[in-house]
Amino acid sequence: MIKEENLVYRRTPLMTDATLSYCPGCGHGTVHRLIMEVVEEMGIQQDTIGISPVGCAVLAYDFMDVDFSEAAHGRAPAVATGIKRLWPDKFVFTYQGDGDLAAIGTAETIHACNRGENICIFFINNGIYGMTGGQMAPTTLEGMKSSTTPYGRDAMKMGPPFKITELIAQLPGTHYVTRHAVHKAGLVRKAKKAIRKAFEIQQEKKGLAFIEFLSNCNSGWKMTPNDSNQWLEEHMYPFYPLGDIKVDGKLVKDVCKDLMQKSPVTT
Amino acid sequence: MKELALMKGNEAIAEAAILAGTDAYFGYPITPQSEVLEYLALQKPEERTGMVVLQAESELAAINMVYGAAGTGKRVMTSSSSPGISLMQEGISYIAGAELPCLIVNVVRGGPGLGTIQPSQADYFQATKGGGHGDYHLIVLAPASVQEMADFVDLAYELAFKYRNPAMILSDGLIGQMMEKVELPPQKPRTSEFDQSWVITGKRPDRERNIITSLNLDPELQYEHNLKLKEKYNRMSEDVMFESLHCDDAEFLLVAYGSSARICQKVVAVARGRGQRLGLLRPQTLFPFPTDELARLAGKVKGIMAVELSTGQMVEDVKLAVNGRVPVYHYGMPGGKVHSPDDVLEAVEENFIGG
Repeated sequence: MIKEENLVYRRTPLMTDATLSYCPGCGHGTVHRLIMEVVEEMGIQQDTIGISPVGCAVLAYDFMDVDFSEAAHGRAPAVATGIKRLWPDKFVFTYQGDGDLAAIGTAETIHACNRGENICIFFINNGIYGMTGGQMAPTTLEGMKSSTTPYGRDAMKMGPPFKITELIAQLPGTHYVTRHAVHKAGLVRKAKKAIRKAFEIQQEKKGLAFIEFLSNCNSGWKMTPNDSNQWLEEHMYPFYPLGDIKVDGKLVKDVCKDLMQKSPVTT
Repeated sequence: MKELALMKGNEAIAEAAILAGTDAYFGYPITPQSEVLEYLALQKPEERTGMVVLQAESELAAINMVYGAAGTGKRVMTSSSSPGISLMQEGISYIAGAELPCLIVNVVRGGPGLGTIQPSQADYFQATKGGGHGDYHLIVLAPASVQEMADFVDLAYELAFKYRNPAMILSDGLIGQMMEKVELPPQKPRTSEFDQSWVITGKRPDRERNIITSLNLDPELQYEHNLKLKEKYNRMSEDVMFESLHCDDAEFLLVAYGSSARICQKVVAVARGRGQRLGLLRPQTLFPFPTDELARLAGKVKGIMAVELSTGQMVEDVKLAVNGRVPVYHYGMPGGKVHSPDDVLEAVEENFIGG
């Protein structure tokens, strides 16, 4: 038996015992755990309310042991606004995928960011609609195959992939905007620090904190988990570079240039 | 002494909302109900009671703000007019599915589509039969005066919380825009106590986490949920409200609600002056509908006519209640036009007296 003092890791009790509904190798479970670890470490479980999306994370409330409200597809930032305006001292976060946040919920996302709602938005970008079976998402890379772009995304027909994170970073209401990934231990540690920072910004009532997490979708991409992680680095990184975009309310990158960047064509 | 004021119907709703201790209003401008948000903004309710008032980016966002806020167990409302209410249907369905209490005001205008900004009662089906997807009902209150616009706000909250169900005040551009004397109620405090059994406040150590959702992936659970909702809708009949005018000795009966009932009140007065025994049943709740009272009256009168500002919607519920016992007629003025008492009197002559 390992002695208690020698334990280097334990599962946060804020993750429930329910079996995760995510595919093995997917990033969702890791991001769930990181959020709950931060909530536990900050001692704010009693004051935290999550908003779950429509998509793979629709049942997020089964796994995270905090009060939750399930939102209609794309409406999480509006739902969060309603809760936060009535409970200004509680911690409110949304947890959304790319279709939810950057397609059907674009208006709610942009206006919540523009109002500077004092909430955290956690955005999982895996470049595809996972739950409905791998259809094209707003973030699907050019040339990338999906069940609704079986010959690859044609930017002339479907538009180029949408960098909503660079877009909302330019709004005065966002205080902290950053992009992370969670498929390697080092990246996980960095992502956790960003989540902690996001909740602290909310605690200090400084505005909206927005974190994009790049995630693989091995079943949607039709790859093994390992291959999908490699694919993510090779193809997602160049168009969705990791790192801070806005810190303390100030842009730290040339987001206009990033927004105009042509998507590399993947096959 | 109670406070008297001369107000538009829309203003009366807004003032009554503050006085009812409403915790939050989320809305989006649309004619003919924009005065609700404008009045609230002017009144600085955040200073008067601490009430939150926020103009959303769309009706879609507004109703989802209501959904989020209603999950906190506080008094939350929105208002809009027909096209805006159509946009809200997704959220209203979720609110009904998640069993959240809230108030939705519809100041109806003519449709379909962009229609007209003039008064109409063409949203009766949408209001009383669900409106969005799925098997659900709203509690629907139909004010016929500026006074009832004010009175029904607190009543709607009481019923919404009693049944944990969204309540709608189904008004129209006529009641919303006209000015009348209104007696305002005293200020109620805002919500300070919460039913910890279901609201989202943050999980306390002494309870399980609370989850606001309308999702039941297991059909058995959804089946149970639908039956539970149905049982709730059945129970609502105990809160049916209606007003009867000369129904006791009536030979013929008009059924009308809201602004149409105001006009029918005049029709009854004129007909009675002519010696015609005409009565008026005015449903104040459209869901629950006064089915039992109509069935009772159907056993006493020779004919019934539904009078509404549409091509015929409430008349279907009248027919269901009457169940073939006496002839049921319909007189309707659609498209934003409003019938005069003479128009209705003519239909009365044609269907009842001459028929």
